[in-house]
Amino acid sequence: MDVQTHRGNLIMNTATMAYRNLLKTIHNPDQFMDVIIQPIMFMLMFGYLFGGAISGNVKSYLPTIVPGILIQTMLSAASGSGSQIREDLDSGVFDRFKSLPMAHIAPLAGQLFADILRLVIATITSLSAGFVMGWRPASGFGWVVVSGLLAIFTGWAISWIFALLGLLAKSAASVQSFSLMIMLTLTFLSNAFIPIKTLSKTMKFIVYMNPITYVITAIRQILSTGSWTHEAWLVLLFGIGIVVVFAPLTVWAYNRNN
Amino acid sequence: MEAVNAIEVNHLTKKFNNKIAVDDISFNVKQGEVFGLLGPNGAGKTTTLRMMTTLLKANNGNVKIFGHDSVKEGRLARSMFGLTGQYASVDEDISARENLMIFSRLNGLSRMESKKRTQELLAEFSLLNSADKPLKDFSGGMRRRLDLAVSLITRPALIFLDEPTTGLDPRTRTQMWDTIRKLVKQGSTILLTTQYLDEADQLADRIAVIDHGKLIKIGTPEELKQEIGGTKLNFTIDRYSQINTATKLMTDQLGESINRNDKQLSATLNSIDQLAPLLSTLHEAQITISNLTVQEPSLDDVFMNLTVGKN
Ligand SMILES: Nc1ncnc2c1ncn2[C@@H]1O[C@H](COP(=O)(O)OP(=O)(O)O)[C@@H](O)[C@H]1O
Ligand SMILES: [Mg+2]
Repeated sequence: MDVQTHRGNLIMNTATMAYRNLLKTIHNPDQFMDVIIQPIMFMLMFGYLFGGAISGNVKSYLPTIVPGILIQTMLSAASGSGSQIREDLDSGVFDRFKSLPMAHIAPLAGQLFADILRLVIATITSLSAGFVMGWRPASGFGWVVVSGLLAIFTGWAISWIFALLGLLAKSAASVQSFSLMIMLTLTFLSNAFIPIKTLSKTMKFIVYMNPITYVITAIRQILSTGSWTHEAWLVLLFGIGIVVVFAPLTVWAYNRNN
Repeated sequence: MEAVNAIEVNHLTKKFNNKIAVDDISFNVKQGEVFGLLGPNGAGKTTTLRMMTTLLKANNGNVKIFGHDSVKEGRLARSMFGLTGQYASVDEDISARENLMIFSRLNGLSRMESKKRTQELLAEFSLLNSADKPLKDFSGGMRRRLDLAVSLITRPALIFLDEPTTGLDPRTRTQMWDTIRKLVKQGSTILLTTQYLDEADQLADRIAVIDHGKLIKIGTPEELKQEIGGTKLNFTIDRYSQINTATKLMTDQLGESINRNDKQLSATLNSIDQLAPLLSTLHEAQITISNLTVQEPSLDDVFMNLTVGKN
């Protein structure tokens, strides 16, 4: 062996795997399309359809809907990692990863790092779409960035859950349909598109049971008050909690699969 | 000092839900040898290979790669071989160059080394023109070549090839054979699996025949073919009057019994080299023949011969 082989290095391997996942998304831009087209479509549809009915006009509906669609997009971006991991595991290329003298966990770690880019793009698209439609948050640009970062972190935390689903599921297709169901349920049974005060008692109860409601509330508060609120802390802790619980479970499921 | 074996397989056994896929298989592969695992679909070739390459845990038995236990010293063992699986194990969504770069990096090469090696391999496997095209547009042969190139990044001393030519057209198949022969010349040890006797015959120094997870026979291609009884020769004699003369001439020359069925004569050749002299003898005796067929023993013949009375 005259080509020098170094011992696999977790950080390097993970960086390479993240780079691979990025290349994959660049070659298949349709993987970005969902996080670009979806928020724009929803923003236009919901804004112009329901803006008048719910808030009197489009402009006064935007502070409600922009955070809602932002988080909805985070959820669908996160759900993509589940089906991607499943697809990867089922493809022949994974055998090769496993047969290389590299850090075992790198393919999984690389996937979850590459997810961050999707989340960033989704966030920028969602917020820009709102801006183009006339959304002008009171808090100023700095707090818009803060709310974006909180949304990205929450999305990233949730992608660990979807990664676990992907590892436990039978096929990529089943992950995809299941993820879509979860995504729709969580966003429509929350305060994403509607003010909670318009809801019946039972619906209020359901919406308050939904953690996504708190995430959206926190983002709205940051954007309207320009401050890091009690709810923002709650959401941050919630995100950390998810990672602490689901990262080890995901790694366990990943190793079990091997 | 005797060189350590490239592969030692001891009592390897694998069950899938109580169905036995690999049944107590043992063999050694010497350094520099081309070793063929020959068997029909479902024989257990891939399963054996996956256990040898640490992708699958065995229920029983062990594998040593250059003396290192593939389980206890998995990482070391993995650094010593390249693997080309039965189904293309390259990334469909990225280009050939990107595949080679990424796998070079994952193999621990620096960015510079990776670039250099990628370029070398693209050239060596005639992939330079399509290096940056998406793999979706690749033919089966190109995909296989890339797959093989990726397994050769670290110039491993040992290469596993699972059915390297299954599904390829005859021309691409011959190209793949040439590539494999080139690797052999460079001193690599190769373990390949195949469903085709002629492929094993063309490439392998020794062949292990497996069926239903059991190792039936191990030997050189010549030994195997001898056991099967060589090449079948068939033709018809045009004129009845010549049949007796022809039969006598053939018996004298081949030293074997000749089967006769009406105007049709058939015999078994120990070697294909016997064919030309035989034909010229018949020609000199002015015996005219037609419908000549020469049939190499097929895998079916191997199994007919080797498994009779065993299963
Ligand atoms: N993951 C698996 N689960 C259950 N059965 C399997 C699995 N892999 C292979 N088998 C079975 O083991 C046997 C050997 O398969 P395989 O090693 O792929 O054969 P070959 O490569 O010689 O065609 C087959 O009967 C196949 O169905
Ligand atoms: Mg096979």
